[in-house]
Amino acid sequence: MNMNKSLQDFEKVIRECVKCGVCQAHCPAYLVGRKEGAVARGKISLAAALLDGEIQLDEQLQKDISMCLMCGSCMNKCPNKVPTHEIVGAIRREITQKQGLSLIGKGVSTLLGSQPLMKTLSKGGALLSPLVLKKVPESSGLRLRFPTPLMKDRTLPQIALKNLFDRVPEYIEGRPSKPVVGFFAGCSISYAYPEIGEQMVRILKSMGFSIYLPRKQNCCGIPALSSGDGALVEQLAENNVKIFSEREVDFIITACASCNGGIGEYYQTMQKDYSEFTGKVVDFSVFLEKQGLFEQLAEMERWKQPTRVTYHDPCHLKTQGITAAPRAFLKALPNVDFVEMDAADSCCGLGGTFSVYHYDESKAIGARKVAGLIESGATQIATACPGCIMQLQDIINHAGLKIKAVHILELLTEALEQ
Amino acid sequence: MKKEVVERLIEIVGSDNVSTATADKITHSYDATQEQHLPDAVVYVSTTEQVSRIVKLANEVKIPVLPRGAGSGFTGGTLPTRGGIVMVLTRMDKILDIDSENLTAEVEPGVVTAELQRRAEKLGLFYPPDPASKEFSTLGGNVAECAGGPRCVKYGVTKDYILGLEVVTPTGDIIRTGGKTLKNVVGYDLTKLFVGSEGTLGIITKITLKLIPKPAAKKTMLVQFESIDGAAQSVSAIIGAKIIPTTLEFLDAATIGCIRGKSDIPLPENCQAVLIIEVDGDPELLDAQAERILTIIEPFQVLDTRIATTDEESEKIWKVRRIVSPSLRQVNPDKFNEDIVVPRSKVPDMIRALEAISKKYNVPIVNFGHAGDGNIHVNVMVDLREEGMREKVEIVMDEIFRAAVELKGSISGEHGIGTSKAKYMSMELNRETIDYMQRIKAALDPQNILNPGKIFIEDALQPAQS
Ligand SMILES: Cc1cc2nc3c(=O)[nH]c(=O)nc-3n(C[C@H](O)[C@H](O)[C@H](O)COP(=O)(O)OP(=O)(O)OC[C@H]3O[C@@H](n4cnc5c(N)ncnc54)[C@H](O)[C@@H]3O)c2cc1C
Ligand code: SF4
Ligand code: SF4
Repeated sequence: MNMNKSLQDFEKVIRECVKCGVCQAHCPAYLVGRKEGAVARGKISLAAALLDGEIQLDEQLQKDISMCLMCGSCMNKCPNKVPTHEIVGAIRREITQKQGLSLIGKGVSTLLGSQPLMKTLSKGGALLSPLVLKKVPESSGLRLRFPTPLMKDRTLPQIALKNLFDRVPEYIEGRPSKPVVGFFAGCSISYAYPEIGEQMVRILKSMGFSIYLPRKQNCCGIPALSSGDGALVEQLAENNVKIFSEREVDFIITACASCNGGIGEYYQTMQKDYSEFTGKVVDFSVFLEKQGLFEQLAEMERWKQPTRVTYHDPCHLKTQGITAAPRAFLKALPNVDFVEMDAADSCCGLGGTFSVYHYDESKAIGARKVAGLIESGATQIATACPGCIMQLQDIINHAGLKIKAVHILELLTEALEQ
Repeated sequence: MKKEVVERLIEIVGSDNVSTATADKITHSYDATQEQHLPDAVVYVSTTEQVSRIVKLANEVKIPVLPRGAGSGFTGGTLPTRGGIVMVLTRMDKILDIDSENLTAEVEPGVVTAELQRRAEKLGLFYPPDPASKEFSTLGGNVAECAGGPRCVKYGVTKDYILGLEVVTPTGDIIRTGGKTLKNVVGYDLTKLFVGSEGTLGIITKITLKLIPKPAAKKTMLVQFESIDGAAQSVSAIIGAKIIPTTLEFLDAATIGCIRGKSDIPLPENCQAVLIIEVDGDPELLDAQAERILTIIEPFQVLDTRIATTDEESEKIWKVRRIVSPSLRQVNPDKFNEDIVVPRSKVPDMIRALEAISKKYNVPIVNFGHAGDGNIHVNVMVDLREEGMREKVEIVMDEIFRAAVELKGSISGEHGIGTSKAKYMSMELNRETIDYMQRIKAALDPQNILNPGKIFIEDALQPAQS
């Protein structure tokens, strides 16, 4: 099975980089250290050199290739739409193929030097102790994203005692006239934020949809992709596509931007034709907008003292051009006084497994949001990705602010409960 | 590079900031010309003292030093064509001061142009030079190339905003030129000497800039024409009517073809030329001025006009211009990009000359640029895999430059000379003038350490005698 593209498969697009440098203005990995090796253009030049046999997978190349959040921001603004994040993925797979998975992980963190490996767990770190992790499947991205002992001082997600699958039945029959919606919940929502998933199900149910939440769904594969574990990505993709074909669904909805990028965008780039599956994938805000939910919300009586809320663009939605629907959602909510913030679309810094190996850079990337956040006067920052929520809360805590990071669906819960 | 030299570099900037790794050499081997030359070492500096010590070391061991900003240059200014040390200044990126009373700013050279502009504008101040690369180019690079942009019709180019500099000379001394005042006639005007010197005469480590009050409002218009003649005549007519817009940008038919479908603004097939016109000033007068412009250009084959009423709409218009530069490769894989300039009344003549050259040699020539100041970005798009193409391009370039010079223009308006245009210098400047410049270079940089091989096709034969 070789369903991921290889570096060779990207040759044509690699040659399309015109070295203009535009990506420097948009690449979060570059902006914190302003080193050319970290920017998309630099990585593309290394990819070209690899193809031309001018360089091997040596130490500095691996460092540079590790400096990527695979956020796609560069491609978003690149005049020639060079998909650096995909190319980086291909190089990481080559690295792991050659040297085993440890390299991007252990190797890079050793290179970083300062990360005290296997240090005693901090209070926060204990949350993902092996005991708690038992509740999370082997292949889950949460394990790759938060391998605990590495990350001192990290605000980590609580693993819920009852996960989403314990709370919601596998299939809910809706009105016959309404389509069947498959719900791809993803690891974070399933295990750390099941309430978000419950709200997703509740709102779909109230709108009359039939809902299919397959028990056997897997991680979307983004963390595995980010760490160069190509075989795992393939296995997850195969399984997810298979599971969702076991019942006829019209849509596959996500409430996690990374999952959307994974099962929607990434599977599309794979060698195998998954278009039947990927064509159904839709972000919750886009879906609910089309179904007319926002109009209904706008008719609700507005709260006397709504919460001032701003919005953070998850990279995986931003790069797909999904920026208006989540904002329209917030504006429609009666409990929300929406304000825009500076740098709303700058990356939070989580980046797949990036924050594990580059925690300091990851924090610095996130910190670029702080000034705009303070200036906005918001008391909550809403977003559409649980990964971003964890990272944003971590940044906020480090900045000593009293601001809460929430999912848009949590605000919906609040609005509907009143 | 000798181990001992690397060790001394490490002593100066620390081991994290020096590299001789292949990956680092590769990622510092290019700029926007896409040519590649590997350096011997890459150094990231953070203080003037470090810069000075490295230049002194380079003199001692006779190794070239190549200052590098964002590497967005279009003429190869930062390419290590003879190896050497690429010295990256992007981390010297502090805005040291913005003085609202004296309307000045002091910055380190690695500050990104747009970053300063945003900070100044928050205080109601304005730094006008706006190269299309402003979101990533550095102010050091802007000074070294004397960057210009669309707004320069009305406000001038980088050199008009530089009051003073701190510079590390080619021999490693630290000097200061000019100062914080608008008037200053003490000694030679060294500031101007460094502006546009392309990193050959000194490394700029601090810049004192002039700011102006931010215009209260602006109005951006995008006008589509049925023909390039219509656009060119409109430019002449607007300026003939004694209106100087902030910007007057044009795109020709081939350019529009490259970006059709990529821009937020639809550009239909029969749109053969676009003018982007911006006026700024008192909001009360702007509407009237915009109206007047539209009346003036009405007779000239106008297809469609669009006046932005919000910042977002104006940004949308500007995006049309910004996506141009990098989108050209669609026509043909290889691009030869030149930024000639002619007196603005000669723009229509120049465009006609370019069309004639394009026809004569049967090569697509894509033109856009700053019609208001006569600066035309000429892009000869070819496929070098075709036999004899390289030679053909040479001839085409030659004719283009000749045509520009004949119209009393110049072979470069804003991108500089670097390596790409060195061989054409003699077309515009006489031998004595080039010689004079080279003698300055040789006197200040006797060992030819700073950015050797740039601007001049040959090194000065003999260093000046002291
Ligand atoms: C898409 C695109 C659009 C562009 N649009 C414009 C435009 O509209 N107008 C325009 O004028 N240019 C434009 N350019 C060209 C380029 O951006 C400018 O020349 C810019 O000033 C270069 O800045 P940089 O920081 O990238 O410098 P670099 O490319 O890194 O260096 C350019 C030259 O400056 C020297 N240098 C850099 N920093 C210093 C320093 N601190 N001290 C001494 N020498 C130094 C280098 O040695 C080199 O010779 C464009 C480029 C691109 C890619
Ligand atoms: S923006 Fe795209 S084409 Fe330009 S340097 Fe970056 S990757 Fe290359
Ligand atoms: S994917 Fe993101 S981090 Fe990686 S090069 Fe592109 S912008 Fe930078």
